[in-house]
Amino acid sequence: MRISHWSLVASLAVPSAISARGLRRTYGEVVAVDSLDLEVAAGEIYGFLGPNGAGKSTVVRMLCTLASMTAGSASVAGFDVATEGDQVRLSIGVALQDAALDGKLTGRETLTLQGRYYGLERGAIATRIEELAPLLEMDAIDRRVSTYSGGMKRRLDLAAALMHNPDVLFLDEPTTGLDPISRAVVWEQIRRLNRELGMTIFLTTQYLEEADALTHRVGILNEGRLVAEGAPDELKRTVGSDVVVARVAGDPEAAAAAIGKVPGVSHIEVYGNEVSAATGDGASVVSPVAVALSAAGVEVSDLSIHPTTLDDVFLELTGARIEVEE
Amino acid sequence: MSETALSSPPAREVIRARPSGFFSDMASVSSRALRLLPRDLEAIIPAMLIPLFFLVVTIGAIQNLAGDVISDIDYKAFQLPVAIMTAVTGMSRANALVIDISEGYFDRLLMTPVNRYALLLGLMVADFTLFVVMAIPVIALGFAIGVGFGATGVVGLVVFVLFGALWGLAFTGFPYAIALRTGNPGAVNSSFLLFFPFMFLTTAWVSRDVMTDWLAAITWFNPMTYALEGMRSLFSGWDGWALGRALLAIAVVGILAQSLAFRALRGRIRRG
Repeated sequence: MRISHWSLVASLAVPSAISARGLRRTYGEVVAVDSLDLEVAAGEIYGFLGPNGAGKSTVVRMLCTLASMTAGSASVAGFDVATEGDQVRLSIGVALQDAALDGKLTGRETLTLQGRYYGLERGAIATRIEELAPLLEMDAIDRRVSTYSGGMKRRLDLAAALMHNPDVLFLDEPTTGLDPISRAVVWEQIRRLNRELGMTIFLTTQYLEEADALTHRVGILNEGRLVAEGAPDELKRTVGSDVVVARVAGDPEAAAAAIGKVPGVSHIEVYGNEVSAATGDGASVVSPVAVALSAAGVEVSDLSIHPTTLDDVFLELTGARIEVEE
Repeated sequence: MSETALSSPPAREVIRARPSGFFSDMASVSSRALRLLPRDLEAIIPAMLIPLFFLVVTIGAIQNLAGDVISDIDYKAFQLPVAIMTAVTGMSRANALVIDISEGYFDRLLMTPVNRYALLLGLMVADFTLFVVMAIPVIALGFAIGVGFGATGVVGLVVFVLFGALWGLAFTGFPYAIALRTGNPGAVNSSFLLFFPFMFLTTAWVSRDVMTDWLAAITWFNPMTYALEGMRSLFSGWDGWALGRALLAIAVVGILAQSLAFRALRGRIRRG
Protein backbone atom coordinates (compact mmCIF):
# COMPACT_ATOMS: atom_id res chain seq x y z
CA MET A 1 0.00 0.00 0.00
CA ARG A 2 1.25 3.50 -0.83
CA ILE A 3 1.97 5.62 2.24
CA SER A 4 1.44 9.36 2.02
CA HIS A 5 4.23 11.83 2.69
CA TRP A 6 2.50 13.10 5.84
CA SER A 7 1.85 9.62 7.22
CA LEU A 8 5.55 8.96 6.78
CA VAL A 9 6.55 12.27 8.38
CA ALA A 10 4.28 11.58 11.33
CA SER A 11 5.84 8.17 11.84
CA LEU A 12 9.44 9.43 11.71
CA ALA A 13 11.36 11.29 14.36
CA VAL A 14 10.32 14.65 12.93
CA PRO A 15 9.42 17.25 15.60
CA SER A 16 5.71 17.11 16.25
CA ALA A 17 3.64 20.25 16.34
CA ILE A 18 1.00 18.34 18.28
CA SER A 19 1.53 15.18 20.24
CA ALA A 20 -0.85 13.37 22.56
CA ARG A 21 -0.59 10.11 24.49
CA GLY A 22 -3.51 8.39 26.13
CA LEU A 23 -5.59 11.55 26.17
CA ARG A 24 -8.79 11.09 28.14
CA ARG A 25 -11.51 13.44 29.31
CA THR A 26 -14.57 12.50 31.27
CA TYR A 27 -17.52 14.58 32.43
CA GLY A 28 -18.87 12.66 35.38
CA GLU A 29 -19.75 9.22 34.05
CA VAL A 30 -19.57 10.35 30.42
CA VAL A 31 -16.34 9.58 28.59
CA ALA A 32 -15.93 12.33 25.98
CA VAL A 33 -12.45 11.34 24.79
CA ASP A 34 -10.72 8.06 25.48
CA SER A 35 -7.15 6.80 25.01
CA LEU A 36 -6.35 9.18 22.20
CA ASP A 37 -2.86 9.05 20.69
CA LEU A 38 -2.02 11.72 18.17
CA GLU A 39 1.01 12.93 16.22
CA VAL A 40 0.72 15.95 13.96
CA ALA A 41 3.90 17.01 12.18
CA ALA A 42 4.98 20.63 11.90
CA GLY A 43 3.54 22.14 8.72
CA GLU A 44 0.79 19.57 8.37
CA ILE A 45 -2.93 20.18 7.94
CA TYR A 46 -4.57 17.56 10.09
CA GLY A 47 -8.32 17.05 10.06
CA PHE A 48 -10.44 15.56 12.79
CA LEU A 49 -13.53 14.09 11.21
CA GLY A 50 -16.51 12.82 13.08
CA PRO A 51 -20.18 13.34 13.80
CA ASN A 52 -21.51 15.77 16.38
CA GLY A 53 -20.70 14.57 19.87
CA ALA A 54 -17.72 12.47 18.74
CA GLY A 55 -15.39 14.43 21.03
CA LYS A 56 -13.66 16.61 18.43
CA SER A 57 -14.24 19.90 20.23
CA THR A 58 -13.22 18.40 23.56
CA VAL A 59 -9.86 17.38 22.08
CA VAL A 60 -9.34 20.90 20.73
CA ARG A 61 -10.26 22.42 24.10
CA MET A 62 -7.74 20.20 25.88
CA LEU A 63 -4.96 20.93 23.40
CA CYS A 64 -5.66 24.67 23.67
CA THR A 65 -5.36 24.52 27.50
CA LEU A 66 -9.03 25.43 27.85
CA ALA A 67 -10.05 22.11 29.39
CA SER A 68 -7.96 19.93 31.64
CA MET A 69 -7.15 16.33 30.80
CA THR A 70 -8.56 13.60 32.98
CA ALA A 71 -5.62 11.40 31.99
CA GLY A 72 -2.81 11.31 29.47
CA SER A 73 -0.36 13.91 28.26
CA ALA A 74 -0.07 16.27 25.34
CA SER A 75 2.30 18.81 23.89
CA VAL A 76 1.67 21.59 21.40
CA ALA A 77 4.47 23.45 19.59
CA GLY A 78 6.90 21.54 21.78
CA PHE A 79 5.36 22.67 25.08
CA ASP A 80 3.58 20.51 27.60
CA VAL A 81 -0.10 21.40 27.67
CA ALA A 82 -0.47 20.65 31.39
CA THR A 83 2.66 22.35 32.73
CA GLU A 84 3.63 24.95 30.11
CA GLY A 85 0.24 26.44 29.36
CA ASP A 86 1.55 29.99 28.95
CA GLN A 87 4.03 28.90 26.27
CA VAL A 88 1.35 26.84 24.51
CA ARG A 89 -1.01 29.82 24.47
CA LEU A 90 1.70 32.06 22.98
CA SER A 91 2.20 29.57 20.17
CA ILE A 92 -1.37 28.85 19.14
CA GLY A 93 -4.26 30.59 17.45
CA VAL A 94 -7.76 29.27 17.98
CA ALA A 95 -11.11 29.78 16.30
CA LEU A 96 -13.71 27.77 18.13
CA GLN A 97 -16.96 26.43 16.73
CA ASP A 98 -18.99 29.49 17.73
CA ALA A 99 -17.34 32.76 16.82
CA ALA A 100 -16.47 34.17 20.24
CA LEU A 101 -16.81 37.86 19.56
CA ASP A 102 -18.07 40.84 21.51
CA GLY A 103 -20.92 42.37 19.53
CA LYS A 104 -20.39 45.76 21.14
CA LEU A 105 -16.86 46.09 19.77
CA THR A 106 -16.07 46.98 16.18
CA GLY A 107 -14.10 44.62 13.98
CA ARG A 108 -10.99 46.81 14.29
CA GLU A 109 -11.32 47.00 18.08
CA THR A 110 -11.65 43.22 18.24
CA LEU A 111 -8.44 42.72 16.29
CA THR A 112 -6.58 45.47 18.14
CA LEU A 113 -7.46 43.98 21.50
CA GLN A 114 -6.52 40.52 20.29
CA GLY A 115 -3.15 41.88 19.21
CA ARG A 116 -2.65 43.49 22.61
CA TYR A 117 -3.46 40.23 24.38
CA TYR A 118 -0.51 38.74 22.46
CA GLY A 119 1.84 41.59 23.30
CA LEU A 120 1.87 43.21 19.86
CA GLU A 121 2.78 46.89 19.61
CA ARG A 122 0.48 49.43 18.01
CA GLY A 123 2.42 49.45 14.72
CA ALA A 124 2.50 45.66 14.54
CA ILE A 125 -1.24 45.52 15.13
CA ALA A 126 -1.90 47.96 12.29
CA THR A 127 0.38 45.93 10.02
CA ARG A 128 -1.37 42.69 10.87
CA ILE A 129 -4.82 44.17 10.28
CA GLU A 130 -3.59 45.30 6.88
CA GLU A 131 -2.18 41.85 6.14
CA LEU A 132 -5.39 40.17 7.22
CA ALA A 133 -7.51 42.41 5.00
CA PRO A 134 -8.19 39.65 2.43
CA LEU A 135 -10.08 37.76 5.09
CA LEU A 136 -12.04 40.76 6.28
CA GLU A 137 -14.52 43.11 4.75
CA MET A 138 -12.56 46.27 5.33
CA ASP A 139 -15.50 48.56 4.64
CA ALA A 140 -17.21 47.01 7.67
CA ILE A 141 -14.21 46.88 9.96
CA ASP A 142 -15.25 49.97 11.91
CA ARG A 143 -18.80 48.73 12.37
CA ARG A 144 -19.92 46.96 15.51
CA VAL A 145 -19.65 43.19 15.26
CA SER A 146 -23.33 42.84 16.21
CA THR A 147 -24.18 44.15 12.72
CA TYR A 148 -22.07 41.47 10.96
CA SER A 149 -23.51 38.47 9.13
CA GLY A 150 -22.64 34.97 10.36
CA GLY A 151 -20.02 34.57 7.64
CA MET A 152 -18.39 37.91 8.43
CA LYS A 153 -18.22 36.97 12.12
CA ARG A 154 -16.54 33.65 11.35
CA ARG A 155 -13.95 35.33 9.15
CA LEU A 156 -13.29 38.02 11.77
CA ASP A 157 -12.91 35.26 14.35
CA LEU A 158 -10.37 33.53 12.09
CA ALA A 159 -8.53 36.82 11.53
CA ALA A 160 -8.37 37.34 15.31
CA ALA A 161 -6.87 33.87 15.71
CA LEU A 162 -4.19 34.82 13.16
CA MET A 163 -3.23 38.23 14.56
CA HIS A 164 0.01 36.95 16.09
CA ASN A 165 1.01 34.51 13.30
CA PRO A 166 0.66 31.42 15.50
CA ASP A 167 2.80 28.34 14.93
CA VAL A 168 -0.21 26.09 15.33
CA LEU A 169 -3.72 27.06 14.33
CA PHE A 170 -6.72 25.23 15.76
CA LEU A 171 -9.95 25.56 13.84
CA ASP A 172 -13.01 23.94 15.33
CA GLU A 173 -15.49 23.42 12.50
CA PRO A 174 -14.35 26.59 10.74
CA THR A 175 -16.95 26.54 7.99
CA THR A 176 -20.02 25.17 9.75
CA GLY A 177 -22.94 27.40 8.88
CA LEU A 178 -21.05 29.38 6.24
CA ASP A 179 -22.43 30.07 2.79
CA PRO A 180 -20.51 28.43 -0.09
CA ILE A 181 -18.65 31.62 -1.00
CA SER A 182 -17.44 32.27 2.55
CA ARG A 183 -16.53 28.59 2.82
CA ALA A 184 -14.39 28.84 -0.31
CA VAL A 185 -12.65 31.96 1.05
CA VAL A 186 -11.83 30.22 4.33
CA TRP A 187 -10.56 27.12 2.51
CA GLU A 188 -8.32 29.22 0.31
CA GLN A 189 -6.87 31.09 3.26
CA ILE A 190 -6.22 27.89 5.19
CA ARG A 191 -4.27 26.55 2.22
CA ARG A 192 -2.33 29.81 1.89
CA LEU A 193 -1.42 29.92 5.58
CA ASN A 194 -0.10 26.41 5.40
CA ARG A 195 1.68 26.86 2.09
CA GLU A 196 3.23 30.27 2.67
CA LEU A 197 3.88 30.32 6.42
CA GLY A 198 4.21 26.60 6.97
CA MET A 199 1.61 26.93 9.70
CA THR A 200 0.46 23.69 11.28
CA ILE A 201 -3.32 23.54 11.12
CA PHE A 202 -5.49 21.25 13.19
CA LEU A 203 -9.08 21.45 12.11
CA THR A 204 -12.19 19.60 13.09
CA THR A 205 -14.97 19.15 10.65
CA GLN A 206 -18.09 17.19 9.99
CA TYR A 207 -17.86 17.97 6.26
CA LEU A 208 -16.33 15.11 4.34
CA GLU A 209 -15.45 17.23 1.34
CA GLU A 210 -13.67 19.69 3.63
CA ALA A 211 -11.50 16.99 5.15
CA ASP A 212 -10.90 15.57 1.67
CA ALA A 213 -10.01 18.88 0.08
CA LEU A 214 -7.94 20.52 2.79
CA THR A 215 -6.15 18.01 4.93
CA HIS A 216 -2.95 16.08 4.50
CA ARG A 217 -4.16 13.52 7.01
CA VAL A 218 -7.44 12.76 8.67
CA GLY A 219 -8.24 11.19 12.00
CA ILE A 220 -11.70 9.71 12.23
CA LEU A 221 -13.17 10.08 15.69
CA ASN A 222 -16.19 8.20 16.92
CA GLU A 223 -17.53 8.18 20.46
CA GLY A 224 -14.32 9.69 21.78
CA ARG A 225 -11.99 7.17 20.13
CA LEU A 226 -9.76 7.48 17.10
CA VAL A 227 -11.00 4.70 14.82
CA ALA A 228 -8.81 5.39 11.80
CA GLU A 229 -6.08 7.75 10.70
CA GLY A 230 -4.31 8.42 7.44
CA ALA A 231 -4.31 10.44 4.26
CA PRO A 232 -7.84 10.70 2.86
CA ASP A 233 -6.89 8.65 -0.22
CA GLU A 234 -5.22 5.97 1.90
CA LEU A 235 -8.32 5.62 4.04
CA LYS A 236 -10.60 5.42 1.02
CA ARG A 237 -8.44 2.77 -0.58
CA THR A 238 -8.98 0.55 2.46
CA VAL A 239 -12.64 0.38 1.46
CA GLY A 240 -12.31 0.21 -2.32
CA SER A 241 -12.31 2.60 -5.24
CA ASP A 242 -16.09 2.61 -5.80
CA VAL A 243 -19.19 2.06 -3.73
CA VAL A 244 -22.43 0.61 -5.08
CA VAL A 245 -25.44 1.86 -3.13
CA ALA A 246 -28.88 0.26 -3.35
CA ARG A 247 -31.88 1.87 -1.71
CA VAL A 248 -34.43 -0.85 -1.20
CA ALA A 249 -38.13 -0.81 -0.44
CA GLY A 250 -38.08 -4.31 1.08
CA ASP A 251 -35.87 -6.11 3.56
CA PRO A 252 -32.36 -4.55 3.48
CA GLU A 253 -30.81 -7.63 5.13
CA ALA A 254 -32.09 -9.79 2.27
CA ALA A 255 -30.67 -7.27 -0.18
CA ALA A 256 -27.31 -7.35 1.62
CA ALA A 257 -27.27 -11.15 1.42
CA ALA A 258 -28.02 -11.02 -2.31
CA ILE A 259 -25.35 -8.40 -3.00
CA GLY A 260 -22.83 -10.36 -0.94
CA LYS A 261 -23.01 -13.23 -3.41
CA VAL A 262 -21.91 -11.01 -6.33
CA PRO A 263 -18.24 -11.56 -7.19
CA GLY A 264 -16.00 -8.47 -6.72
CA VAL A 265 -17.91 -6.78 -3.92
CA SER A 266 -16.82 -6.48 -0.31
CA HIS A 267 -17.47 -4.46 2.84
CA ILE A 268 -21.23 -4.71 2.68
CA GLU A 269 -22.96 -2.31 5.08
CA VAL A 270 -26.63 -1.79 5.87
CA TYR A 271 -27.71 1.65 7.04
CA GLY A 272 -31.46 2.14 7.24
CA ASN A 273 -32.97 1.16 3.91
CA GLU A 274 -29.62 1.61 2.21
CA VAL A 275 -27.21 -1.19 1.39
CA SER A 276 -23.72 -0.26 0.25
CA ALA A 277 -20.96 -2.46 -1.07
CA ALA A 278 -17.37 -1.53 -1.89
CA THR A 279 -15.78 -2.70 -5.09
CA GLY A 280 -12.67 -2.14 -7.14
CA ASP A 281 -14.69 -1.53 -10.28
CA GLY A 282 -18.20 -0.18 -9.84
CA ALA A 283 -19.10 -0.15 -13.51
CA SER A 284 -18.54 -3.88 -13.92
CA VAL A 285 -20.47 -5.00 -10.84
CA VAL A 286 -23.53 -2.74 -10.96
CA SER A 287 -25.37 -4.96 -13.46
CA PRO A 288 -24.71 -8.21 -11.55
CA VAL A 289 -25.87 -6.43 -8.36
CA ALA A 290 -29.12 -5.40 -10.07
CA VAL A 291 -29.66 -8.96 -11.33
CA ALA A 292 -28.92 -10.44 -7.89
CA LEU A 293 -31.39 -8.10 -6.18
CA SER A 294 -34.04 -8.86 -8.78
CA ALA A 295 -33.46 -12.62 -8.41
CA ALA A 296 -33.81 -12.28 -4.63
CA GLY A 297 -37.13 -10.51 -5.09
CA VAL A 298 -35.89 -7.28 -3.44
CA GLU A 299 -37.63 -4.16 -4.65
CA VAL A 300 -35.01 -1.51 -5.44
CA SER A 301 -35.91 2.17 -5.50
CA ASP A 302 -32.48 3.44 -6.45
CA LEU A 303 -29.17 1.92 -7.51
CA SER A 304 -26.08 4.07 -7.90
CA ILE A 305 -22.29 3.99 -8.01
CA HIS A 306 -20.02 6.68 -6.59
CA PRO A 307 -16.32 6.95 -5.86
CA THR A 308 -15.47 6.02 -2.28
CA THR A 309 -15.80 8.93 0.18
CA LEU A 310 -14.65 9.37 3.74
CA ASP A 311 -18.27 8.85 4.74
CA ASP A 312 -18.01 5.34 3.31
CA VAL A 313 -14.87 4.84 5.38
CA PHE A 314 -16.76 6.05 8.44
CA LEU A 315 -19.65 3.73 7.65
CA GLU A 316 -17.27 0.82 7.23
CA LEU A 317 -15.57 1.56 10.54
CA THR A 318 -18.55 2.45 12.69
CA GLY A 319 -21.67 1.17 10.95
CA ALA A 320 -23.10 4.70 10.92
CA ARG A 321 -23.00 7.68 8.63
CA ILE A 322 -21.85 11.15 9.60
CA GLU A 323 -25.01 13.17 10.00
CA VAL A 324 -24.16 16.76 9.21
CA GLU A 325 -25.95 19.36 11.30
CA GLU A 326 -25.89 23.00 10.22
CA MET B 1 -12.51 39.77 -2.11
CA SER B 2 -8.86 40.12 -3.01
CA GLU B 3 -6.50 37.19 -3.30
CA THR B 4 -3.65 38.85 -1.45
CA ALA B 5 -1.77 36.51 0.88
CA LEU B 6 -2.40 36.75 4.60
CA SER B 7 1.23 36.31 5.47
CA SER B 8 3.95 38.91 5.74
CA PRO B 9 6.20 39.08 2.67
CA PRO B 10 9.20 36.78 3.21
CA ALA B 11 11.71 39.68 3.36
CA ARG B 12 9.91 41.23 6.36
CA GLU B 13 10.13 39.97 9.87
CA VAL B 14 7.09 37.94 10.80
CA ILE B 15 5.18 39.48 13.68
CA ARG B 16 5.04 37.08 16.62
CA ALA B 17 3.35 36.92 20.00
CA ARG B 18 5.34 37.72 23.10
CA PRO B 19 4.45 37.85 26.79
CA SER B 20 3.41 41.40 27.56
CA GLY B 21 3.57 41.32 31.34
CA PHE B 22 0.98 41.48 34.07
CA PHE B 23 0.31 45.22 34.03
CA SER B 24 0.07 45.36 30.26
CA ASP B 25 -2.38 42.43 30.38
CA MET B 26 -4.42 44.24 32.99
CA ALA B 27 -4.38 47.41 30.89
CA SER B 28 -5.60 45.46 27.85
CA VAL B 29 -8.47 43.87 29.74
CA SER B 30 -9.44 47.13 31.42
CA SER B 31 -9.24 49.09 28.16
CA ARG B 32 -11.92 46.84 26.71
CA ALA B 33 -14.10 47.15 29.82
CA LEU B 34 -13.68 50.94 29.87
CA ARG B 35 -14.43 51.18 26.15
CA LEU B 36 -17.65 49.26 26.69
CA LEU B 37 -18.88 51.38 29.62
CA PRO B 38 -20.37 54.16 27.47
CA ARG B 39 -21.93 51.46 25.25
CA ASP B 40 -23.70 50.00 28.26
CA LEU B 41 -25.48 53.12 29.47
CA GLU B 42 -28.81 51.34 29.89
CA ALA B 43 -27.26 49.51 32.84
CA ILE B 44 -25.39 52.49 34.26
CA ILE B 45 -27.86 55.40 34.08
CA PRO B 46 -30.51 53.88 36.40
CA ALA B 47 -27.79 53.03 38.89
CA MET B 48 -26.70 56.69 38.77
CA LEU B 49 -30.21 58.04 39.22
CA ILE B 50 -31.34 55.84 42.13
CA PRO B 51 -28.91 57.29 44.73
CA LEU B 52 -29.85 60.83 43.68
CA PHE B 53 -33.51 59.97 44.16
CA PHE B 54 -32.94 58.43 47.59
CA LEU B 55 -30.72 61.31 48.69
CA VAL B 56 -33.41 63.88 47.88
CA VAL B 57 -36.28 61.83 49.33
CA THR B 58 -34.47 60.87 52.53
CA ILE B 59 -33.35 64.41 53.24
CA GLY B 60 -36.83 65.71 52.42
CA ALA B 61 -38.45 63.22 54.81
CA ILE B 62 -36.10 63.29 57.78
CA GLN B 63 -34.07 66.50 57.80
CA ASN B 64 -36.58 68.52 59.81
CA LEU B 65 -36.78 65.79 62.43
CA ALA B 66 -33.05 65.36 62.60
CA GLY B 67 -31.88 68.53 64.32
CA ASP B 68 -28.96 67.60 66.54
CA VAL B 69 -30.64 64.41 67.69
CA ILE B 70 -30.30 62.02 64.78
CA SER B 71 -26.88 63.06 63.63
CA ASP B 72 -23.98 65.06 64.94
CA ILE B 73 -23.46 66.82 61.60
CA ASP B 74 -25.80 68.49 59.11
CA TYR B 75 -28.21 65.79 57.97
CA LYS B 76 -27.58 66.51 54.29
CA ALA B 77 -23.89 65.81 54.85
CA PHE B 78 -24.84 62.80 56.99
CA GLN B 79 -26.72 61.35 54.01
CA LEU B 80 -24.15 62.08 51.29
CA PRO B 81 -21.95 59.02 52.04
CA VAL B 82 -25.08 56.84 52.04
CA ALA B 83 -25.89 58.04 48.53
CA ILE B 84 -22.34 57.24 47.40
CA MET B 85 -22.55 53.77 48.94
CA THR B 86 -25.96 53.19 47.33
CA ALA B 87 -24.42 54.08 43.97
CA VAL B 88 -21.40 51.83 44.18
CA THR B 89 -22.47 48.84 46.27
CA GLY B 90 -23.23 45.91 43.99
CA MET B 91 -22.27 47.68 40.77
CA SER B 92 -19.67 45.82 38.70
CA ARG B 93 -18.92 44.36 35.29
CA ALA B 94 -20.09 40.98 36.61
CA ASN B 95 -23.08 40.91 34.28
CA ALA B 96 -20.79 41.68 31.36
CA LEU B 97 -18.56 38.84 32.56
CA VAL B 98 -21.53 36.46 32.51
CA ILE B 99 -22.23 37.48 28.92
CA ASP B 100 -18.56 36.90 28.06
CA ILE B 101 -18.81 33.44 29.60
CA SER B 102 -22.04 32.49 27.84
CA GLU B 103 -20.96 33.87 24.45
CA GLY B 104 -17.49 32.32 24.54
CA TYR B 105 -15.46 35.52 24.77
CA PHE B 106 -14.15 34.47 28.16
CA ASP B 107 -12.88 31.26 26.57
CA ARG B 108 -11.18 33.36 23.90
CA LEU B 109 -9.39 35.27 26.67
CA LEU B 110 -8.42 32.05 28.43
CA MET B 111 -6.77 30.81 25.24
CA THR B 112 -4.57 33.91 25.04
CA PRO B 113 -1.42 34.35 27.12
CA VAL B 114 -3.14 37.02 29.22
CA ASN B 115 -2.43 36.55 32.93
CA ARG B 116 -5.41 34.83 34.58
CA TYR B 117 -5.64 37.27 37.48
CA ALA B 118 -5.48 40.21 35.07
CA LEU B 119 -8.76 38.97 33.58
CA LEU B 120 -10.52 39.93 36.80
CA LEU B 121 -8.34 42.79 37.95
CA GLY B 122 -8.72 44.48 34.57
CA LEU B 123 -12.48 44.51 35.04
CA MET B 124 -12.03 45.97 38.50
CA VAL B 125 -9.99 48.85 37.11
CA ALA B 126 -13.03 49.69 34.98
CA ASP B 127 -15.28 49.27 38.03
CA PHE B 128 -13.16 51.66 40.06
CA THR B 129 -13.28 54.23 37.27
CA LEU B 130 -17.04 53.80 37.04
CA PHE B 131 -17.43 54.30 40.80
CA VAL B 132 -15.52 57.57 40.66
CA VAL B 133 -17.68 58.72 37.74
CA MET B 134 -20.85 57.66 39.57
CA ALA B 135 -19.82 59.71 42.59
CA ILE B 136 -19.70 62.91 40.53
CA PRO B 137 -23.47 63.55 40.21
CA VAL B 138 -23.98 62.65 43.87
CA ILE B 139 -21.29 65.11 44.96
CA ALA B 140 -22.67 67.72 42.56
CA LEU B 141 -26.12 67.34 44.08
CA GLY B 142 -24.57 67.55 47.52
CA PHE B 143 -22.89 70.83 46.63
CA ALA B 144 -26.16 72.07 45.12
CA ILE B 145 -28.00 71.50 48.40
CA GLY B 146 -25.27 73.09 50.47
CA VAL B 147 -23.00 70.26 51.58
CA GLY B 148 -19.38 71.36 51.67
CA PHE B 149 -15.94 70.05 52.61
CA GLY B 150 -14.87 73.23 54.39
CA ALA B 151 -13.05 71.35 57.16
CA THR B 152 -10.90 69.14 54.92
CA GLY B 153 -11.05 70.93 51.57
CA VAL B 154 -10.37 69.42 48.17
CA VAL B 155 -8.19 66.70 49.66
CA GLY B 156 -11.10 65.71 51.90
CA LEU B 157 -13.37 65.55 48.86
CA VAL B 158 -10.87 63.32 47.03
CA VAL B 159 -10.54 61.03 50.05
CA PHE B 160 -14.34 60.94 50.36
CA VAL B 161 -14.73 59.75 46.75
CA LEU B 162 -11.79 57.39 47.11
CA PHE B 163 -13.32 55.69 50.15
CA GLY B 164 -16.63 55.25 48.33
CA ALA B 165 -14.89 53.81 45.27
CA LEU B 166 -12.75 51.52 47.41
CA TRP B 167 -15.84 50.24 49.20
CA GLY B 168 -17.50 49.56 45.84
CA LEU B 169 -14.35 47.83 44.61
CA ALA B 170 -14.17 45.65 47.72
CA PHE B 171 -17.79 44.65 47.28
CA THR B 172 -17.35 43.66 43.57
CA GLY B 173 -15.85 40.39 44.73
CA PHE B 174 -19.31 39.05 45.61
CA PRO B 175 -20.95 39.49 42.17
CA TYR B 176 -17.77 38.35 40.40
CA ALA B 177 -17.63 35.23 42.55
CA ILE B 178 -21.25 34.45 41.68
CA ALA B 179 -20.70 35.22 37.99
CA LEU B 180 -17.68 32.95 37.73
CA ARG B 181 -19.20 30.17 39.77
CA THR B 182 -22.63 30.10 38.08
CA GLY B 183 -22.33 31.93 34.76
CA ASN B 184 -25.92 32.91 35.46
CA PRO B 185 -27.10 36.54 35.11
CA GLY B 186 -30.04 35.97 37.45
CA ALA B 187 -27.73 34.75 40.19
CA VAL B 188 -25.46 37.75 39.67
CA ASN B 189 -28.40 40.12 40.03
CA SER B 190 -29.38 38.39 43.24
CA SER B 191 -26.03 39.43 44.73
CA PHE B 192 -27.70 42.82 45.10
CA LEU B 193 -29.56 41.27 48.04
CA LEU B 194 -26.31 41.52 49.99
CA PHE B 195 -26.69 45.27 49.71
CA PHE B 196 -29.68 45.30 52.10
CA PRO B 197 -28.10 43.95 55.30
CA PHE B 198 -24.98 45.97 54.66
CA MET B 199 -26.97 49.17 54.08
CA PHE B 200 -29.91 48.83 56.46
CA LEU B 201 -28.21 47.27 59.48
CA THR B 202 -26.01 50.28 59.90
CA THR B 203 -26.04 53.97 60.67
CA ALA B 204 -27.31 54.89 57.24
CA TRP B 205 -30.29 56.96 58.43
CA VAL B 206 -29.68 57.78 62.09
CA SER B 207 -26.72 57.75 64.43
CA ARG B 208 -26.24 54.83 66.76
CA ASP B 209 -27.27 56.90 69.82
CA VAL B 210 -30.93 57.06 68.81
CA MET B 211 -31.31 53.46 67.61
CA THR B 212 -32.94 50.66 69.53
CA ASP B 213 -30.38 48.66 71.45
CA TRP B 214 -30.58 45.57 69.27
CA LEU B 215 -30.01 47.51 66.03
CA ALA B 216 -27.25 49.58 67.58
CA ALA B 217 -25.56 46.37 68.68
CA ILE B 218 -25.70 44.94 65.16
CA THR B 219 -24.18 48.07 63.64
CA TRP B 220 -20.98 47.40 65.56
CA PHE B 221 -20.49 44.27 63.45
CA ASN B 222 -21.33 45.85 60.11
CA PRO B 223 -18.22 47.06 58.27
CA MET B 224 -20.27 49.60 56.36
CA THR B 225 -20.87 51.45 59.64
CA TYR B 226 -17.18 52.24 59.88
CA ALA B 227 -16.91 53.13 56.20
CA LEU B 228 -19.80 55.60 56.60
CA GLU B 229 -18.39 57.04 59.82
CA GLY B 230 -15.00 57.53 58.20
CA MET B 231 -16.51 59.33 55.24
CA ARG B 232 -18.72 61.48 57.48
CA SER B 233 -15.74 62.45 59.59
CA LEU B 234 -14.36 64.34 56.58
CA PHE B 235 -17.09 66.97 57.03
CA SER B 236 -15.77 67.83 60.52
CA GLY B 237 -12.00 67.65 60.07
CA TRP B 238 -9.22 65.09 59.83
CA ASP B 239 -9.91 62.18 62.16
CA GLY B 240 -7.22 59.53 61.72
CA TRP B 241 -8.97 57.03 63.99
CA ALA B 242 -12.25 57.19 62.03
CA LEU B 243 -10.44 57.03 58.68
CA GLY B 244 -8.26 54.16 59.82
CA ARG B 245 -11.25 52.15 60.99
CA ALA B 246 -12.99 52.86 57.69
CA LEU B 247 -10.01 51.62 55.71
CA LEU B 248 -9.78 48.52 57.87
CA ALA B 249 -13.49 47.78 57.39
CA ILE B 250 -13.14 48.17 53.62
CA ALA B 251 -10.08 45.91 53.68
CA VAL B 252 -11.95 43.20 55.60
CA VAL B 253 -14.84 43.22 53.11
CA GLY B 254 -12.37 43.36 50.22
CA ILE B 255 -10.28 40.44 51.41
CA LEU B 256 -13.37 38.30 52.01
CA ALA B 257 -15.16 39.15 48.76
CA GLN B 258 -12.10 39.12 46.52
CA SER B 259 -10.92 35.82 47.98
CA LEU B 260 -14.24 34.34 46.92
CA ALA B 261 -13.94 35.91 43.46
CA PHE B 262 -10.41 34.70 42.75
CA ARG B 263 -11.24 31.28 44.12
CA ALA B 264 -14.18 31.13 41.72
CA LEU B 265 -11.90 32.23 38.88
CA ARG B 266 -9.43 29.45 39.63
CA GLY B 267 -12.32 26.98 39.84
CA ARG B 268 -13.69 28.02 36.45
CA ILE B 269 -10.27 27.77 34.83
CA ARG B 270 -9.71 24.35 36.38
CA ARG B 271 -13.13 23.04 35.30
CA GLY B 272 -12.55 24.16 31.72
